[in-house]
Amino acid sequence: MASAADAARRAENEKTRSRWLLSAPALVIIFVAAIGPLFVMLAYSFMAKGDYGDVKYGQFSLDGWFSVFLQRDIFDDTIGIAEAHLSIIWRSVRLSVITTAVTLLLGFPTAYFIATRPRHTREIWVFLVTIPFWTNLLIRTFAMQQVIRNEGILNTLLMWLHVIDEPLQIMYSDWAILFGMVYVYLPLMVLPLYASMEKLDFRLIEAGYDLYAGRLAVLRRIIIPLVKPGVVAGSILVFIPSLGAYVIPRVLGGGKNMMIGNLIELQFGAGRNWPLGAALSIALMAAVMVALLFYVRNAARSGAQHG
Amino acid sequence: MARHFDIRSQPGFPLIALFTFAMLYLPIVTLVVYAFNASDSVSQWGGFSLRWFADAWDNSAVQDAALRSIIIALCAATIATIAATMAAIATTRTAPYRGLGVKYAFINTPLMVPEIVTAVALLIVFSRIKVWTGYSGLGYLIIAHTAFCIPFAYLPIRARLESMDSTLERAAADLYATPWMAFRRVTLPLLRPGIIAGFMLAFVISLDDVVITEFVKSGGQDTLPTYMLGQIRRAVTPEINAIATAFLALSVILVTAFFFINRRKT
Repeated sequence: MASAADAARRAENEKTRSRWLLSAPALVIIFVAAIGPLFVMLAYSFMAKGDYGDVKYGQFSLDGWFSVFLQRDIFDDTIGIAEAHLSIIWRSVRLSVITTAVTLLLGFPTAYFIATRPRHTREIWVFLVTIPFWTNLLIRTFAMQQVIRNEGILNTLLMWLHVIDEPLQIMYSDWAILFGMVYVYLPLMVLPLYASMEKLDFRLIEAGYDLYAGRLAVLRRIIIPLVKPGVVAGSILVFIPSLGAYVIPRVLGGGKNMMIGNLIELQFGAGRNWPLGAALSIALMAAVMVALLFYVRNAARSGAQHG
Repeated sequence: MARHFDIRSQPGFPLIALFTFAMLYLPIVTLVVYAFNASDSVSQWGGFSLRWFADAWDNSAVQDAALRSIIIALCAATIATIAATMAAIATTRTAPYRGLGVKYAFINTPLMVPEIVTAVALLIVFSRIKVWTGYSGLGYLIIAHTAFCIPFAYLPIRARLESMDSTLERAAADLYATPWMAFRRVTLPLLRPGIIAGFMLAFVISLDDVVITEFVKSGGQDTLPTYMLGQIRRAVTPEINAIATAFLALSVILVTAFFFINRRKT
């Protein structure tokens, strides 16, 4: 009897071992080129900065973290608030929140529109959303730049309609970044919203109307609560890359309108303050993790409700 | 009731939807149209011409960057697809076992960490390794791309595996096929659509990458996206539009193919 149990256990061990062997290449590659470097960066954020970039090895220092929010005056050594950093962080948060809100306002009706099309045309509409989604982010940013430039199509159209007399300077402003982020991240909002609207049971809406609900009440009391998981998923999917945006503010915002991503890059380039760059990166990642945690908790709760 | 009342419709929604689609396509269409512009300007229309495509085609910097992009994407997507297929086999169709959660977390990490964070973390580590080893070839870009391609290759392969009928493999085992034979002759052919889809996703993702490439590349290792990023900051000519249009066409072809491969399976 014992030998049979032994054999079973040995077979089970064998199976576990082969499973680990099979997953090993993927795990090792991801550890070497994604997870491991994050820990190195965490360590870097606690070291003293080198004179020409890099860090002074093994020299512990909290300066990196200190200078995320504070700065030492170079003349009288008093400690003040790093206003430049705060304004960049504030811009990132503000623009990400507005981007999420605008994409939700545009994406919700769009997803609903797709979900209420006849079954055979729905796939085509979804495909139309997927194409921009898979188009290179840089190309889309560049395309948006051509639309909002002073001589671009938007200004030409507005002047032709006599809405404005001279072109609006949109490029190199927060507005340009906002246009770019809404445009680039819109598909990320529409697709999860559509996924949850597709499953919408329209008999519930019919029941609402039977009970004398108006259109607004049906929208507010029936549709929105039912597709809430999609709303949360879409918002998280838009908010997270917006917060970490780098290419869009670099191309559309110019040098002055930086977001956190550009501030991080600056520390590894002209700023030559790697510990600060590392600390900012860890802080950005922590913010993203908090948003994800919120999403996971929300998803778990709505999952529990349904079954 | 005489008037038709559609319970599904919400006032204003179709209008907003059409606005959204117009907004999604207007910039891309503008970009493509101006790629065929005969004049030197990206705003003045000077008639139809293919001169900018010819210019881009003859530009040796563009040729180098395009070739480099394709080499990196082919290597990264191939390695990522093989690694992801193995990992998918080890993590699907089994009862939960110890370490399964860790594997999921590992594989999904590249999707959750902001790109700029991964990019500077890799810059820190690879710049150090470059000094130590003196090697500064394409290997760094290939391994970095492979890592973030793995989750994209993994998703369709795993989805395919989970929808597969495992009785066929058991039948193969009953007929005295060795595990390797059963895999080679039964599992792999059934899995093929998932593997092709995973490879294509990984390929597109690698081809599109800007941020991580920008930070990891050594001097003279521009890929097409980083080359374009550099050019956009300088004076813009329709040549960029032409490159972008060609790039766009490639992406659309790949995505369309992906769409049809995925649809055929269901």
